[in-house]
Amino acid sequence: MRGDELAMSTLDREDVEVLDEKQDRMTISVGPHHPSTHGVLRLVLELEGETIVKAQPEHGFLHTGIEKSAENLTWTQAITVLDRMDYLSPLSNNLGYVLAVEKLLGVEVPPKAVWARVLLTELQRIASHLVFLGTGGLDVGAQSPYFYAFDMREGILDIFEETTGARMNPSYFRVGGLAKDLPEHFDRIVRDYLKKFPGRLQELKDLLEENPIFLDRTKGIGVLTAEQAIALGLTGPNLRASGVAYDVRKAFPYCGYENFQFDVPVGKNGDAYDRFVLRIREIEESYKIVQQALDGMPEGPHMTSNRKVALPPKEEVRHSMEALIHHFKLVSEGFKVPAGEVYQAIESPRGEFAVYVVSDGGNKPWRVRVRPPSFYAVHALPTMLQGAMLADMVMIIAAADPVFGEVDR
Amino acid sequence: MTTAAPGPAALEHVRTTIVPELLAAFPGVAEELPTPFEIPQVRVSPEAIRGVAEWLKARGFNMLLDLGGVDYHPHRQGEDRFEVVYHFFALPQLWKLRVRVPVGGQKPEVPSLSDLWPNANPAEREVWDQFGIRFRGHPNLTRILNPDDWEGHPLRKDYPLRGPRAMGPYLPADLNRFHPFKDEPPDEG
Repeated sequence: MRGDELAMSTLDREDVEVLDEKQDRMTISVGPHHPSTHGVLRLVLELEGETIVKAQPEHGFLHTGIEKSAENLTWTQAITVLDRMDYLSPLSNNLGYVLAVEKLLGVEVPPKAVWARVLLTELQRIASHLVFLGTGGLDVGAQSPYFYAFDMREGILDIFEETTGARMNPSYFRVGGLAKDLPEHFDRIVRDYLKKFPGRLQELKDLLEENPIFLDRTKGIGVLTAEQAIALGLTGPNLRASGVAYDVRKAFPYCGYENFQFDVPVGKNGDAYDRFVLRIREIEESYKIVQQALDGMPEGPHMTSNRKVALPPKEEVRHSMEALIHHFKLVSEGFKVPAGEVYQAIESPRGEFAVYVVSDGGNKPWRVRVRPPSFYAVHALPTMLQGAMLADMVMIIAAADPVFGEVDR
Repeated sequence: MTTAAPGPAALEHVRTTIVPELLAAFPGVAEELPTPFEIPQVRVSPEAIRGVAEWLKARGFNMLLDLGGVDYHPHRQGEDRFEVVYHFFALPQLWKLRVRVPVGGQKPEVPSLSDLWPNANPAEREVWDQFGIRFRGHPNLTRILNPDDWEGHPLRKDYPLRGPRAMGPYLPADLNRFHPFKDEPPDEG
Protein backbone atom coordinates (compact mmCIF):
# COMPACT_ATOMS: atom_id res chain seq x y z
CA MET A 1 0.00 0.00 0.00
CA ARG A 2 2.70 2.40 1.07
CA GLY A 3 4.74 1.45 -1.97
CA ASP A 4 1.80 2.06 -4.31
CA GLU A 5 1.22 5.49 -2.90
CA LEU A 6 4.85 6.36 -3.32
CA ALA A 7 4.86 5.11 -6.87
CA MET A 8 1.79 7.14 -7.78
CA SER A 9 3.08 10.30 -6.18
CA THR A 10 6.34 10.23 -8.11
CA LEU A 11 4.58 9.70 -11.42
CA ASP A 12 3.48 12.91 -13.02
CA ARG A 13 0.58 13.23 -15.40
CA GLU A 14 2.71 12.69 -18.47
CA ASP A 15 4.18 9.42 -17.28
CA VAL A 16 0.75 8.02 -16.57
CA GLU A 17 -0.18 8.61 -20.21
CA VAL A 18 2.91 6.73 -21.26
CA LEU A 19 1.76 3.57 -19.45
CA ASP A 20 0.70 1.04 -22.03
CA GLU A 21 -2.94 0.92 -22.93
CA LYS A 22 -2.71 -2.40 -24.67
CA GLN A 23 -0.80 -5.34 -23.31
CA ASP A 24 1.06 -6.13 -26.51
CA ARG A 25 2.25 -2.57 -27.05
CA MET A 26 5.23 -0.89 -25.57
CA THR A 27 5.76 2.82 -25.26
CA ILE A 28 9.29 4.13 -25.28
CA SER A 29 10.61 7.61 -25.12
CA VAL A 30 13.54 8.50 -27.36
CA GLY A 31 15.54 11.59 -26.60
CA PRO A 32 15.70 14.48 -25.98
CA HIS A 33 19.37 13.67 -25.64
CA HIS A 34 19.88 11.05 -28.25
CA PRO A 35 22.59 11.36 -30.88
CA SER A 36 20.30 10.40 -33.72
CA THR A 37 17.80 13.17 -33.10
CA HIS A 38 20.26 15.79 -34.39
CA GLY A 39 19.47 18.16 -31.61
CA VAL A 40 16.97 17.97 -28.85
CA LEU A 41 13.91 16.12 -30.01
CA ARG A 42 11.93 13.77 -27.85
CA LEU A 43 9.85 11.14 -29.58
CA VAL A 44 7.27 9.09 -27.73
CA LEU A 45 6.96 5.91 -29.73
CA GLU A 46 4.32 3.25 -29.39
CA LEU A 47 5.70 -0.08 -30.56
CA GLU A 48 4.16 -3.36 -31.55
CA GLY A 49 7.14 -5.68 -31.60
CA GLU A 50 9.63 -3.61 -33.53
CA THR A 51 7.10 -1.73 -35.61
CA ILE A 52 6.23 1.84 -34.77
CA VAL A 53 2.47 2.23 -34.45
CA LYS A 54 2.40 5.78 -33.28
CA ALA A 55 4.95 8.52 -32.82
CA GLN A 56 4.57 11.81 -31.04
CA PRO A 57 7.29 14.43 -31.35
CA GLU A 58 7.94 16.79 -28.49
CA HIS A 59 10.25 19.74 -28.76
CA GLY A 60 10.82 23.16 -27.26
CA PHE A 61 13.95 22.28 -25.35
CA LEU A 62 15.90 24.80 -27.38
CA HIS A 63 13.29 27.55 -27.15
CA THR A 64 15.10 30.82 -26.49
CA GLY A 65 12.44 33.38 -27.34
CA ILE A 66 14.20 34.64 -30.45
CA GLU A 67 11.05 36.22 -31.84
CA LYS A 68 10.44 38.07 -28.58
CA SER A 69 14.05 39.21 -28.41
CA ALA A 70 13.89 40.49 -31.97
CA GLU A 71 10.90 42.67 -31.08
CA ASN A 72 12.98 44.40 -28.44
CA LEU A 73 16.02 45.15 -30.58
CA THR A 74 16.44 47.68 -33.35
CA TRP A 75 16.00 46.54 -36.94
CA THR A 76 19.74 46.03 -37.40
CA GLN A 77 20.36 44.42 -34.03
CA ALA A 78 17.60 41.87 -34.69
CA ILE A 79 19.76 40.35 -37.44
CA THR A 80 22.10 38.96 -34.81
CA VAL A 81 19.47 37.03 -32.86
CA LEU A 82 17.67 35.79 -35.97
CA ASP A 83 21.06 34.53 -37.12
CA ARG A 84 21.00 31.90 -34.42
CA MET A 85 17.86 30.06 -35.47
CA ASP A 86 19.02 27.73 -38.21
CA TYR A 87 22.56 27.42 -36.99
CA LEU A 88 23.64 25.32 -39.95
CA SER A 89 22.55 28.01 -42.37
CA PRO A 90 22.68 31.38 -40.60
CA LEU A 91 23.14 33.35 -43.81
CA SER A 92 19.75 32.15 -45.07
CA ASN A 93 18.18 33.54 -41.90
CA ASN A 94 19.99 36.82 -42.50
CA LEU A 95 18.89 36.95 -46.09
CA GLY A 96 15.18 36.34 -45.46
CA TYR A 97 14.96 38.97 -42.76
CA VAL A 98 17.06 41.56 -44.57
CA LEU A 99 15.07 41.20 -47.79
CA ALA A 100 11.81 41.64 -45.88
CA VAL A 101 12.99 44.84 -44.20
CA GLU A 102 14.36 46.16 -47.47
CA LYS A 103 10.97 45.61 -49.07
CA LEU A 104 9.26 47.61 -46.34
CA LEU A 105 11.83 50.39 -46.63
CA GLY A 106 12.00 50.35 -50.42
CA VAL A 107 15.80 50.41 -50.34
CA GLU A 108 17.79 49.62 -53.47
CA VAL A 109 20.67 47.23 -52.89
CA PRO A 110 23.82 47.66 -55.01
CA PRO A 111 24.45 44.80 -57.49
CA LYS A 112 27.67 43.69 -55.83
CA ALA A 113 25.85 43.06 -52.56
CA VAL A 114 23.09 41.13 -54.36
CA TRP A 115 25.58 38.85 -56.09
CA ALA A 116 27.65 38.37 -52.98
CA ARG A 117 24.51 37.40 -51.08
CA VAL A 118 23.61 34.78 -53.67
CA LEU A 119 27.15 33.44 -53.71
CA LEU A 120 27.43 33.19 -49.94
CA THR A 121 23.98 31.70 -49.34
CA GLU A 122 24.65 29.06 -51.98
CA LEU A 123 27.97 28.23 -50.30
CA GLN A 124 25.99 28.05 -47.09
CA ARG A 125 23.53 25.64 -48.68
CA ILE A 126 26.43 23.42 -49.71
CA ALA A 127 27.85 23.55 -46.17
CA SER A 128 24.47 22.74 -44.64
CA HIS A 129 23.83 19.83 -47.00
CA LEU A 130 27.33 18.51 -46.27
CA VAL A 131 26.50 18.37 -42.57
CA PHE A 132 23.32 16.56 -43.51
CA LEU A 133 25.21 13.99 -45.62
CA GLY A 134 27.92 13.48 -43.04
CA THR A 135 25.74 13.08 -39.98
CA GLY A 136 23.08 11.20 -41.94
CA GLY A 137 25.67 8.70 -43.06
CA LEU A 138 26.95 8.42 -39.53
CA ASP A 139 23.47 7.45 -38.38
CA VAL A 140 23.61 4.26 -40.42
CA GLY A 141 27.18 3.52 -39.46
CA ALA A 142 29.03 5.13 -42.35
CA GLN A 143 31.87 6.70 -40.44
CA SER A 144 34.18 7.89 -43.22
CA PRO A 145 31.76 10.14 -45.17
CA TYR A 146 31.40 12.18 -42.02
CA PHE A 147 35.05 13.17 -42.13
CA TYR A 148 35.00 13.81 -45.88
CA ALA A 149 31.90 15.99 -45.57
CA PHE A 150 33.12 17.96 -42.58
CA ASP A 151 36.49 18.51 -44.19
CA MET A 152 34.74 19.99 -47.24
CA ARG A 153 32.53 22.11 -45.04
CA GLU A 154 35.60 23.36 -43.24
CA GLY A 155 36.79 24.99 -46.46
CA ILE A 156 33.51 26.89 -46.76
CA LEU A 157 33.66 28.01 -43.15
CA ASP A 158 37.21 29.23 -43.79
CA ILE A 159 35.87 31.36 -46.65
CA PHE A 160 33.20 32.73 -44.31
CA GLU A 161 35.76 33.48 -41.65
CA GLU A 162 37.93 35.32 -44.13
CA THR A 163 34.97 37.26 -45.52
CA THR A 164 32.74 37.96 -42.56
CA GLY A 165 34.99 37.40 -39.55
CA ALA A 166 32.88 34.57 -38.15
CA ARG A 167 32.46 30.94 -39.03
CA MET A 168 29.13 30.02 -37.55
CA ASN A 169 26.99 33.11 -37.04
CA PRO A 170 28.29 35.72 -39.46
CA SER A 171 25.43 38.29 -39.30
CA TYR A 172 26.99 39.55 -42.49
CA PHE A 173 24.00 40.83 -44.43
CA ARG A 174 22.71 44.24 -43.45
CA VAL A 175 19.65 46.14 -44.50
CA GLY A 176 20.87 47.81 -47.68
CA GLY A 177 23.84 45.59 -48.42
CA LEU A 178 26.69 43.87 -46.61
CA ALA A 179 28.30 44.61 -43.26
CA LYS A 180 31.65 45.18 -44.93
CA ASP A 181 33.17 44.76 -48.34
CA LEU A 182 34.34 41.40 -49.65
CA PRO A 183 38.06 40.92 -49.03
CA GLU A 184 40.41 41.70 -51.90
CA HIS A 185 41.45 38.08 -52.35
CA PHE A 186 37.86 36.80 -52.15
CA ASP A 187 37.81 35.70 -55.77
CA ARG A 188 41.03 33.74 -55.35
CA ILE A 189 40.07 31.90 -52.15
CA VAL A 190 36.69 30.86 -53.51
CA ARG A 191 38.22 29.70 -56.79
CA ASP A 192 40.88 27.75 -54.91
CA TYR A 193 38.16 26.02 -52.99
CA LEU A 194 35.96 25.36 -56.02
CA LYS A 195 38.87 23.86 -57.98
CA LYS A 196 39.11 20.92 -55.61
CA PHE A 197 35.39 20.68 -55.00
CA PRO A 198 34.05 18.39 -57.77
CA GLY A 199 36.64 15.68 -57.13
CA ARG A 200 35.99 15.67 -53.43
CA LEU A 201 32.25 15.63 -53.90
CA GLN A 202 32.70 12.64 -56.19
CA GLU A 203 34.59 10.85 -53.42
CA LEU A 204 31.75 11.54 -51.02
CA LYS A 205 29.19 10.34 -53.55
CA ASP A 206 31.15 7.14 -54.15
CA LEU A 207 31.11 6.45 -50.46
CA LEU A 208 27.35 6.90 -50.07
CA GLU A 209 25.29 6.71 -53.21
CA GLU A 210 26.09 3.21 -54.42
CA ASN A 211 27.03 1.72 -51.07
CA PRO A 212 24.86 -1.43 -50.71
CA ILE A 213 24.50 -1.04 -46.95
CA PHE A 214 23.45 2.56 -47.37
CA LEU A 215 20.95 1.60 -50.07
CA ASP A 216 19.48 -1.12 -47.88
CA ARG A 217 19.08 1.22 -44.97
CA THR A 218 17.48 4.09 -46.88
CA LYS A 219 15.45 2.75 -49.82
CA GLY A 220 11.70 2.58 -49.29
CA ILE A 221 11.89 4.11 -45.84
CA GLY A 222 9.83 7.00 -44.55
CA VAL A 223 7.85 7.24 -47.78
CA LEU A 224 5.61 10.26 -48.32
CA THR A 225 3.43 10.75 -51.38
CA ALA A 226 3.21 14.16 -52.99
CA GLU A 227 -0.30 14.72 -51.55
CA GLN A 228 0.84 13.83 -48.05
CA ALA A 229 3.91 16.05 -48.27
CA ILE A 230 1.81 18.99 -49.45
CA ALA A 231 -0.84 18.46 -46.78
CA LEU A 232 1.84 18.34 -44.09
CA GLY A 233 3.25 21.65 -45.22
CA LEU A 234 6.64 20.28 -46.22
CA THR A 235 8.81 22.42 -48.46
CA GLY A 236 12.30 22.28 -49.87
CA PRO A 237 14.14 19.01 -50.46
CA ASN A 238 11.62 17.04 -48.37
CA LEU A 239 8.82 18.10 -50.70
CA ARG A 240 10.84 17.77 -53.88
CA ALA A 241 11.87 14.23 -52.97
CA SER A 242 8.19 13.36 -53.27
CA GLY A 243 8.15 14.63 -56.84
CA VAL A 244 6.84 18.19 -56.46
CA ALA A 245 9.11 20.63 -58.28
CA TYR A 246 8.52 23.66 -56.07
CA ASP A 247 11.54 25.82 -55.41
CA VAL A 248 11.11 29.39 -54.17
CA ARG A 249 14.17 30.46 -56.17
CA LYS A 250 12.39 29.51 -59.40
CA ALA A 251 8.77 30.23 -58.52
CA PHE A 252 9.16 33.54 -56.66
CA PRO A 253 12.69 34.71 -57.46
CA TYR A 254 14.29 36.99 -54.89
CA CYS A 255 17.70 38.58 -54.65
CA GLY A 256 18.39 38.27 -58.37
CA TYR A 257 18.01 34.49 -58.65
CA GLU A 258 16.29 34.96 -62.00
CA ASN A 259 19.75 35.76 -63.46
CA PHE A 260 21.19 32.34 -62.68
CA GLN A 261 20.98 29.11 -64.62
CA PHE A 262 20.32 26.07 -62.50
CA ASP A 263 18.01 23.08 -62.36
CA VAL A 264 15.67 21.96 -59.63
CA PRO A 265 16.29 18.27 -58.95
CA VAL A 266 13.19 16.25 -58.15
CA GLY A 267 12.87 12.83 -56.55
CA LYS A 268 10.51 10.03 -57.49
CA ASN A 269 9.74 7.80 -54.55
CA GLY A 270 9.70 10.22 -51.65
CA ASP A 271 11.77 7.93 -49.44
CA ALA A 272 14.84 8.59 -47.34
CA TYR A 273 17.17 7.62 -50.18
CA ASP A 274 15.59 10.18 -52.51
CA ARG A 275 15.97 12.85 -49.87
CA PHE A 276 19.66 12.00 -49.64
CA VAL A 277 20.38 11.86 -53.35
CA LEU A 278 18.37 15.01 -53.97
CA ARG A 279 20.56 16.96 -51.59
CA ILE A 280 23.68 15.72 -53.36
CA ARG A 281 22.18 16.98 -56.63
CA GLU A 282 21.37 20.28 -54.96
CA ILE A 283 24.99 20.64 -53.93
CA GLU A 284 25.94 20.26 -57.59
CA GLU A 285 23.40 22.90 -58.62
CA SER A 286 24.60 25.26 -55.91
CA TYR A 287 28.14 24.73 -57.14
CA LYS A 288 27.00 25.94 -60.59
CA ILE A 289 25.36 29.02 -59.07
CA VAL A 290 28.46 29.86 -57.04
CA GLN A 291 30.58 29.73 -60.17
CA GLN A 292 28.19 31.94 -62.12
CA ALA A 293 28.07 34.42 -59.25
CA LEU A 294 31.83 34.46 -59.04
CA ASP A 295 32.29 34.97 -62.79
CA GLY A 296 29.74 37.75 -62.95
CA MET A 297 30.56 39.49 -59.68
CA PRO A 298 30.01 43.20 -60.37
CA GLU A 299 32.28 45.95 -59.11
CA GLY A 300 31.01 48.78 -57.01
CA PRO A 301 29.89 49.62 -53.50
CA HIS A 302 28.80 46.90 -51.08
CA MET A 303 26.25 49.05 -49.28
CA THR A 304 23.47 51.35 -50.36
CA SER A 305 24.30 55.05 -50.38
CA ASN A 306 21.04 55.81 -48.55
CA ARG A 307 22.34 57.44 -45.38
CA LYS A 308 19.07 56.81 -43.56
CA VAL A 309 19.87 53.11 -43.29
CA ALA A 310 23.58 52.72 -44.03
CA LEU A 311 26.40 53.91 -41.82
CA PRO A 312 28.53 56.57 -43.52
CA PRO A 313 32.15 55.60 -44.24
CA LYS A 314 34.44 56.33 -41.32
CA GLU A 315 36.53 58.75 -43.37
CA GLU A 316 33.45 60.87 -44.04
CA VAL A 317 32.48 60.89 -40.36
CA ARG A 318 35.77 62.56 -39.52
CA HIS A 319 35.14 65.50 -41.83
CA SER A 320 31.41 65.92 -42.32
CA MET A 321 29.03 67.11 -39.61
CA GLU A 322 26.09 65.55 -41.40
CA ALA A 323 27.77 62.17 -41.60
CA LEU A 324 28.53 62.35 -37.90
CA ILE A 325 24.87 63.02 -37.15
CA HIS A 326 23.79 60.10 -39.34
CA HIS A 327 26.32 57.86 -37.68
CA PHE A 328 25.15 58.89 -34.23
CA LYS A 329 21.47 58.46 -35.06
CA LEU A 330 21.96 55.05 -36.67
CA VAL A 331 24.04 53.71 -33.82
CA SER A 332 21.94 55.11 -30.98
CA GLU A 333 18.38 54.57 -32.18
CA GLY A 334 18.60 52.91 -35.58
CA PHE A 335 16.34 53.73 -38.49
CA LYS A 336 12.57 53.78 -38.67
CA VAL A 337 10.73 51.49 -41.05
CA PRO A 338 7.35 52.50 -42.57
CA ALA A 339 4.34 50.72 -41.11
CA GLY A 340 3.18 47.64 -42.95
CA GLU A 341 3.59 43.92 -43.15
CA VAL A 342 5.51 41.78 -45.58
CA TYR A 343 5.96 38.05 -46.11
CA GLN A 344 9.34 37.29 -47.60
CA ALA A 345 10.04 33.68 -48.52
CA ILE A 346 13.44 32.33 -49.45
CA GLU A 347 14.68 28.84 -50.26
CA SER A 348 16.81 27.87 -47.30
CA PRO A 349 18.58 24.49 -47.29
CA ARG A 350 15.60 23.16 -45.35
CA GLY A 351 12.81 24.57 -47.46
CA GLU A 352 10.67 27.66 -47.64
CA PHE A 353 12.05 29.83 -44.87
CA ALA A 354 9.89 32.90 -44.58
CA VAL A 355 9.69 35.89 -42.32
CA TYR A 356 6.45 37.74 -41.79
CA VAL A 357 7.59 41.12 -40.57
CA VAL A 358 5.17 43.66 -39.13
CA SER A 359 6.27 47.24 -38.59
CA ASP A 360 4.36 49.94 -36.75
CA GLY A 361 6.62 52.64 -38.09
CA GLY A 362 9.08 52.49 -35.20
CA ASN A 363 12.76 51.70 -34.90
CA LYS A 364 12.11 48.12 -33.76
CA PRO A 365 10.28 45.34 -35.54
CA TRP A 366 6.76 45.06 -34.16
CA ARG A 367 6.65 41.38 -34.91
CA VAL A 368 8.96 38.97 -36.68
CA ARG A 369 7.15 35.75 -37.37
CA VAL A 370 9.41 33.12 -38.82
CA ARG A 371 8.05 30.27 -40.86
CA PRO A 372 10.47 27.53 -39.92
CA PRO A 373 10.56 24.76 -42.53
CA SER A 374 12.05 22.33 -39.98
CA PHE A 375 9.11 22.88 -37.64
CA TYR A 376 6.72 21.38 -40.16
CA ALA A 377 9.24 18.67 -41.05
CA VAL A 378 9.38 17.56 -37.41
CA HIS A 379 5.60 17.37 -37.28
CA ALA A 380 5.59 15.31 -40.46
CA LEU A 381 7.65 12.67 -38.64
CA PRO A 382 4.61 10.83 -37.16
CA THR A 383 3.31 10.21 -40.68
CA MET A 384 6.72 9.09 -41.94
CA LEU A 385 7.34 6.87 -38.92
CA GLN A 386 4.00 5.11 -38.92
CA GLY A 387 4.55 1.47 -39.75
CA ALA A 388 8.34 1.83 -39.88
CA MET A 389 10.78 -0.38 -38.01
CA LEU A 390 12.33 1.06 -34.89
CA ALA A 391 15.82 0.72 -36.40
CA ASP A 392 14.76 2.87 -39.37
CA MET A 393 13.63 5.70 -37.13
CA VAL A 394 17.15 7.05 -37.00
CA MET A 395 17.36 7.26 -40.77
CA ILE A 396 13.92 8.83 -41.13
CA ILE A 397 14.74 11.61 -38.68
CA ALA A 398 18.07 12.20 -40.40
CA ALA A 399 16.45 12.40 -43.84
CA ALA A 400 13.94 15.01 -42.68
CA ASP A 401 16.95 17.17 -41.71
CA PRO A 402 15.48 19.22 -38.87
CA VAL A 403 17.55 21.86 -37.12
CA PHE A 404 16.21 22.46 -33.66
CA GLY A 405 17.46 25.97 -33.32
CA GLU A 406 14.93 26.79 -35.97
CA VAL A 407 12.14 24.48 -34.79
CA ASP A 408 12.13 25.94 -31.29
CA ARG A 409 13.45 29.45 -31.98
CA MET B 1 19.05 35.09 -70.10
CA THR B 2 16.28 36.01 -67.71
CA THR B 3 13.24 33.77 -67.83
CA ALA B 4 9.90 34.94 -66.52
CA ALA B 5 9.10 33.41 -63.16
CA PRO B 6 5.66 31.83 -62.82
CA GLY B 7 5.02 33.09 -59.29
CA PRO B 8 4.12 36.76 -59.87
CA ALA B 9 1.62 35.84 -62.60
CA ALA B 10 -0.01 33.32 -60.27
CA LEU B 11 -0.33 35.97 -57.56
CA GLU B 12 -1.88 38.33 -60.08
CA HIS B 13 -4.43 35.62 -60.87
CA VAL B 14 -5.27 35.29 -57.18
CA ARG B 15 -5.75 39.04 -56.89
CA THR B 16 -7.90 39.46 -59.96
CA THR B 17 -9.94 36.24 -59.93
CA ILE B 18 -9.91 34.30 -56.67
CA VAL B 19 -10.19 37.19 -54.23
CA PRO B 20 -13.30 38.67 -55.94
CA GLU B 21 -14.88 35.20 -55.99
CA LEU B 22 -14.09 34.80 -52.30
CA LEU B 23 -15.59 38.18 -51.47
CA ALA B 24 -18.72 37.32 -53.47
CA ALA B 25 -19.08 33.98 -51.68
CA PHE B 26 -18.72 35.55 -48.22
CA PRO B 27 -20.37 38.96 -48.37
CA GLY B 28 -20.05 41.08 -45.25
CA VAL B 29 -17.55 38.89 -43.40
CA ALA B 30 -14.60 39.10 -45.78
CA GLU B 31 -13.01 42.28 -47.03
CA GLU B 32 -10.09 42.84 -49.32
CA LEU B 33 -7.03 44.67 -48.03
CA PRO B 34 -4.62 46.55 -50.27
CA THR B 35 -1.70 44.51 -51.62
CA PRO B 36 1.46 46.47 -50.86
CA PHE B 37 3.84 43.58 -51.46
CA GLU B 38 2.98 40.79 -53.90
CA ILE B 39 0.77 38.53 -51.80
CA PRO B 40 -2.94 39.47 -51.91
CA GLN B 41 -4.57 39.71 -48.53
CA VAL B 42 -8.08 39.41 -47.15
CA ARG B 43 -9.47 40.18 -43.73
CA VAL B 44 -12.01 37.66 -42.47
CA SER B 45 -14.02 37.69 -39.26
CA PRO B 46 -13.37 34.85 -36.77
CA GLU B 47 -16.83 33.33 -37.29
CA ALA B 48 -16.28 33.04 -41.02
CA ILE B 49 -12.70 31.74 -41.16
CA ARG B 50 -13.79 28.13 -41.01
CA GLY B 51 -16.10 28.54 -44.01
CA VAL B 52 -13.49 30.53 -45.91
CA ALA B 53 -10.85 27.86 -45.23
CA GLU B 54 -13.13 25.11 -46.48
CA TRP B 55 -13.94 27.17 -49.55
CA LEU B 56 -10.25 27.79 -50.24
CA LYS B 57 -9.38 24.14 -49.81
CA ALA B 58 -12.08 23.15 -52.28
CA ARG B 59 -10.78 25.85 -54.62
CA GLY B 60 -7.35 24.19 -54.77
CA PHE B 61 -5.35 25.67 -51.88
CA ASN B 62 -3.87 22.39 -50.75
CA MET B 63 -1.14 23.69 -48.43
CA LEU B 64 -1.35 25.77 -45.31
CA LEU B 65 1.97 27.50 -45.72
CA ASP B 66 2.02 29.21 -42.39
CA LEU B 67 -0.11 30.19 -39.45
CA GLY B 68 1.07 32.77 -36.97
CA GLY B 69 -0.12 35.36 -34.50
CA VAL B 70 0.48 39.07 -34.10
CA ASP B 71 -0.32 41.16 -31.02
CA TYR B 72 -1.14 44.80 -31.81
CA HIS B 73 -1.54 45.88 -28.18
CA PRO B 74 -1.48 48.81 -27.31
CA HIS B 75 -2.11 50.12 -30.84
CA ARG B 76 -5.37 48.22 -30.93
CA GLN B 77 -7.32 47.19 -27.89
CA GLY B 78 -10.49 45.20 -27.51
CA GLU B 79 -11.96 42.95 -30.15
CA ASP B 80 -9.16 43.24 -32.70
CA ARG B 81 -6.15 43.22 -30.41
CA PHE B 82 -4.66 40.08 -31.98
CA GLU B 83 -4.48 38.88 -35.50
CA VAL B 84 -4.13 35.29 -36.63
CA VAL B 85 -2.41 35.34 -39.99
CA TYR B 86 -2.84 32.43 -42.40
CA HIS B 87 -0.85 31.97 -45.58
CA PHE B 88 -2.58 29.58 -47.95
CA PHE B 89 -0.74 28.09 -50.85
CA ALA B 90 -1.74 26.05 -53.88
CA LEU B 91 0.56 23.63 -55.67
CA PRO B 92 1.25 23.39 -58.53
CA GLN B 93 -0.66 26.60 -59.37
CA LEU B 94 1.59 28.67 -57.04
CA TRP B 95 -1.30 30.70 -55.66
CA LYS B 96 -0.61 32.41 -52.38
CA LEU B 97 -3.21 34.17 -50.29
CA ARG B 98 -2.91 35.78 -46.90
CA VAL B 99 -5.95 35.73 -44.64
CA ARG B 100 -5.88 37.89 -41.54
CA VAL B 101 -8.36 37.19 -38.78
CA PRO B 102 -8.69 39.81 -36.03
CA VAL B 103 -9.51 38.41 -32.59
CA GLY B 104 -9.54 39.88 -29.11
CA GLY B 105 -11.51 40.19 -25.92
CA GLN B 106 -10.93 38.41 -22.64
CA LYS B 107 -10.81 34.95 -24.21
CA PRO B 108 -9.69 35.27 -27.81
CA GLU B 109 -10.83 32.28 -29.80
CA VAL B 110 -10.91 31.16 -33.43
CA PRO B 111 -11.97 27.81 -34.90
CA SER B 112 -9.25 25.25 -35.51
CA LEU B 113 -8.29 24.17 -39.01
CA SER B 114 -6.31 21.13 -37.92
CA ASP B 115 -8.79 18.71 -39.49
CA LEU B 116 -8.42 20.41 -42.87
CA TRP B 117 -4.61 20.72 -42.93
CA PRO B 118 -2.69 18.48 -40.52
CA ASN B 119 0.13 20.99 -40.12
CA ALA B 120 -2.29 23.49 -38.62
CA ASN B 121 -2.18 21.34 -35.48
CA PRO B 122 1.35 22.24 -34.29
CA ALA B 123 1.12 25.78 -35.67
CA GLU B 124 -2.07 26.43 -33.68
CA ARG B 125 -0.48 24.99 -30.58
CA GLU B 126 2.35 27.46 -31.01
CA VAL B 127 -0.03 30.40 -31.34
CA TRP B 128 -1.86 29.23 -28.22
CA ASP B 129 1.40 28.86 -26.36
CA GLN B 130 2.79 32.25 -27.36
CA PHE B 131 -0.33 34.40 -27.55
CA GLY B 132 -3.03 32.60 -25.59
CA ILE B 133 -5.43 32.48 -28.51
CA ARG B 134 -7.68 29.44 -28.24
CA PHE B 135 -8.51 27.26 -31.21
CA ARG B 136 -12.00 25.80 -30.90
CA GLY B 137 -12.12 22.11 -31.83
CA HIS B 138 -8.36 21.54 -31.61
CA PRO B 139 -7.61 17.95 -30.52
CA ASN B 140 -4.75 18.72 -28.11
CA LEU B 141 -4.28 22.39 -27.47
CA THR B 142 -1.23 22.21 -25.23
CA ARG B 143 1.96 24.21 -25.01
CA ILE B 144 4.54 23.32 -27.57
CA LEU B 145 7.61 25.53 -27.07
CA ASN B 146 7.33 26.55 -23.42
CA PRO B 147 7.14 24.06 -20.57
CA ASP B 148 3.68 22.82 -19.59
CA ASP B 149 3.74 24.71 -16.30
CA TRP B 150 4.69 28.03 -17.87
CA GLU B 151 2.60 31.01 -16.80
CA GLY B 152 1.44 33.55 -19.31
CA HIS B 153 1.92 33.87 -23.03
CA PRO B 154 5.34 35.32 -23.84
CA LEU B 155 4.75 36.92 -27.22
CA ARG B 156 1.96 39.13 -25.88
CA LYS B 157 3.14 42.71 -25.81
CA ASP B 158 2.14 43.10 -22.16
CA TYR B 159 4.30 40.14 -21.16
CA PRO B 160 7.54 41.60 -19.81
CA LEU B 161 10.80 40.89 -21.58
CA ARG B 162 12.39 40.12 -18.22
CA GLY B 163 9.89 38.69 -15.78
CA PRO B 164 10.30 37.43 -12.21
CA ARG B 165 11.85 34.26 -13.58
CA ALA B 166 14.61 36.16 -15.33
CA MET B 167 18.09 35.84 -13.99
CA GLY B 168 19.07 38.57 -11.55
CA PRO B 169 22.37 40.41 -11.54
CA TYR B 170 25.45 38.35 -10.77
CA LEU B 171 26.73 39.19 -7.29
CA PRO B 172 29.99 38.22 -5.56
CA ALA B 173 27.99 35.87 -3.36
CA ASP B 174 27.01 33.90 -6.45
CA LEU B 175 30.60 33.01 -7.30
CA ASN B 176 30.63 29.51 -5.84
CA ARG B 177 26.89 29.07 -5.48
CA PHE B 178 26.76 25.88 -7.51
CA HIS B 179 30.30 24.70 -6.86
CA PRO B 180 30.27 21.09 -5.64
CA PHE B 181 33.02 21.51 -3.03
CA LYS B 182 33.33 25.15 -2.11
CA ASP B 183 30.39 26.36 -0.06
CA GLU B 184 31.78 29.52 1.51
CA PRO B 185 31.24 32.77 -0.30
CA PRO B 186 34.47 34.44 -1.40
CA ASP B 187 36.16 36.96 0.83
CA GLU B 188 35.03 40.49 0.26
CA GLY B 189 37.99 42.68 -0.68
